Amino acid sequence: MAEKQFTVIADTGIHARPATLLVQTASRFTSEINLEYNGKKVNLKSIMGVMSLGIGKGADFKISAEGSDAESALNSLEETLRKEGLAE
Amino acid sequence: MTFLHGIAASNGIAIAKAYRLVEPDLSFEQTRIEDASAEVERYRQAIDRAKSELETIRDRAKVDLGPDKAAIFEAHLLVLSDPELNTPIEDKIKSDKVNAEAALKETADMFVVMFEQMDSEYMKERAADIRDVTKRVLAHLLGVELPNPSMIAEEVIIVAEDLTPSDTAQLNRQFVKGFTTNIGGRTSHSAIMARSLEIPAVVGTKTATEEIHNGDLVIVDGLKGEVHINPTPELVEQYRKVHQEYEKQKAEWAKLVNEPTVSNDGHHVELGANIGTPNDLKGVVANGGEAVGLYRTEFLYMGRDQLPSEEEQFEAYKAVLEGMAGKPVVVRTLDIGGDKELPYLDLPKEMNPFLGFRAIRLCLEEQGIFRTQLRALLRASSYGNLKIMFPMIATLDEFRAAKAILEEEKQKLLTEGQKVADKIELGIMVEIPSTAVLADQFAKEVDFFSIGTNDLIQYTMAADRMNQRVSYLYQPYSPSILRLVKMVIDAAHAEGKWAGMCGEMAGDETAIPLLLGLGLDEFSMSATSILKARSLIKKLNKSDMEQLAREVINMQTTDQVVEAVHSAVQ
Repeated sequence: MAEKQFTVIADTGIHARPATLLVQTASRFTSEINLEYNGKKVNLKSIMGVMSLGIGKGADFKISAEGSDAESALNSLEETLRKEGLAE
Repeated sequence: MTFLHGIAASNGIAIAKAYRLVEPDLSFEQTRIEDASAEVERYRQAIDRAKSELETIRDRAKVDLGPDKAAIFEAHLLVLSDPELNTPIEDKIKSDKVNAEAALKETADMFVVMFEQMDSEYMKERAADIRDVTKRVLAHLLGVELPNPSMIAEEVIIVAEDLTPSDTAQLNRQFVKGFTTNIGGRTSHSAIMARSLEIPAVVGTKTATEEIHNGDLVIVDGLKGEVHINPTPELVEQYRKVHQEYEKQKAEWAKLVNEPTVSNDGHHVELGANIGTPNDLKGVVANGGEAVGLYRTEFLYMGRDQLPSEEEQFEAYKAVLEGMAGKPVVVRTLDIGGDKELPYLDLPKEMNPFLGFRAIRLCLEEQGIFRTQLRALLRASSYGNLKIMFPMIATLDEFRAAKAILEEEKQKLLTEGQKVADKIELGIMVEIPSTAVLADQFAKEVDFFSIGTNDLIQYTMAADRMNQRVSYLYQPYSPSILRLVKMVIDAAHAEGKWAGMCGEMAGDETAIPLLLGLGLDEFSMSATSILKARSLIKKLNKSDMEQLAREVINMQTTDQVVEAVHSAVQ
């Protein structure tokens, strides 16, 4: 299992467009991928799950992946977050 | 053949088949099913069909509206693939033996309720997205066709209850020849949009969606405010002639495109256009606009999920200033709040939005938003003839506060080594009676006034312009309104300043003679009204109109004023 901690730097937090990008990226992998924030854990392949968290600027969250492509899934997600200036 | 009467919202004649933009009946009964796996299969097929439909819409939107506006459909597609939605639905079909429609509705409703209960306005909006997407799947399950305005591929007349900004954004301008709605008036969004798209429209017909069926032949007469359903061949022929006459008239007006607007006795006034986006410039140039008298910057902020950046705004302002090639461009700073909502700002709902926290009131409080816009404007100022005006100013203190913020940002930019135009005229919208009454004091400090008549009339008459039952109080020619307009113009001239008008009234045939007589310097209107207004003003003598204005200002009722204008101007 691979996991990593992030902090949101985008002013708008993880709103519709960022959430769309993350879910699209996660959906390309077979691993089970979860996002944990504020004691709640959601499936990162679920747009409604991610949106329901309402993650704002400055929030800390964790992404974990379990499965055969867990490592590359986590790397891709990290790349998306950085490239879009969403979290670090 | 049927006939409907409404409000002529946008000039011209359109004859085409009807396309109803109306919600179909999606009701169903919950039933018990025997073959659960066949039902799951049926559900998956509906999802697949909805997906491919949405993909087509998304691709079309990317081309027509740009990737920004298409992004919403990406999110909708993800909802259709969402395991947290699909798994519970399929489980429910299998375990409860219910039909897919019932399983879908129940599960989706759960999510809708969850999002609606969140305390952010933005999240509440997402509930509408989920409803939208599940509606599409439900339609496929029921075998009902949903209207897909972005997929229209032949000439049509749109028939709707009302048209929202997002509806109109999806309309393909190439094929939409006209539209008619049940509700709305001259100043409703749908009417303004029709004029900026230059397509005929009749609004406020009350029953268009009941009377008109898909495929009916419809005539929209935007000159008289009539809609004819399945007309006789004779009537169609008659209307083709009216249409040709109108086109000929337009061709006559078109000859005035490069002429200045000068009255018969040699007085020059400026005819400007109201615009919402840089795309509207084409119409301004084509119709011979001498200025942009009102650039509504709200559209930069609407239909998206976050504030526009300084850079994005700078590009838009620069495009408009360069497009007008040195002619004046009056930019109104953000007029949002009240009825024009921005979900991502999370503003609380108000009892009286028109009297509430909006426009300059909001900008002076949320200074970050205001400063970003002012910086973008100041940076763009060196690319043309920029004038800035603040909306909804009620007191001199508000104007002074806004001006001070502008000055601060200007100094910051200059310190950063950025280029800012030396002289930027600074004015205010006059739309609140208190400001009109105190115009002589304002005139000492502002560079110009622009009278916003839509709001000035509603505030003076205390009549909500969205409320049909009090629409009779929308009386631009009332002596009370004319007196306020006169006060503003006289106050400006006494201080050597200029006064313009950017409401509907400025392009109105009955109002123009009066406004010319009252001494208005600048008239800003829908681009499509400019040539007609110019042709009218060229026939008028300013000295006669001054006499007319002196008479009507002392009249008692609107009817008397209208009669006086009509007998003075034949």
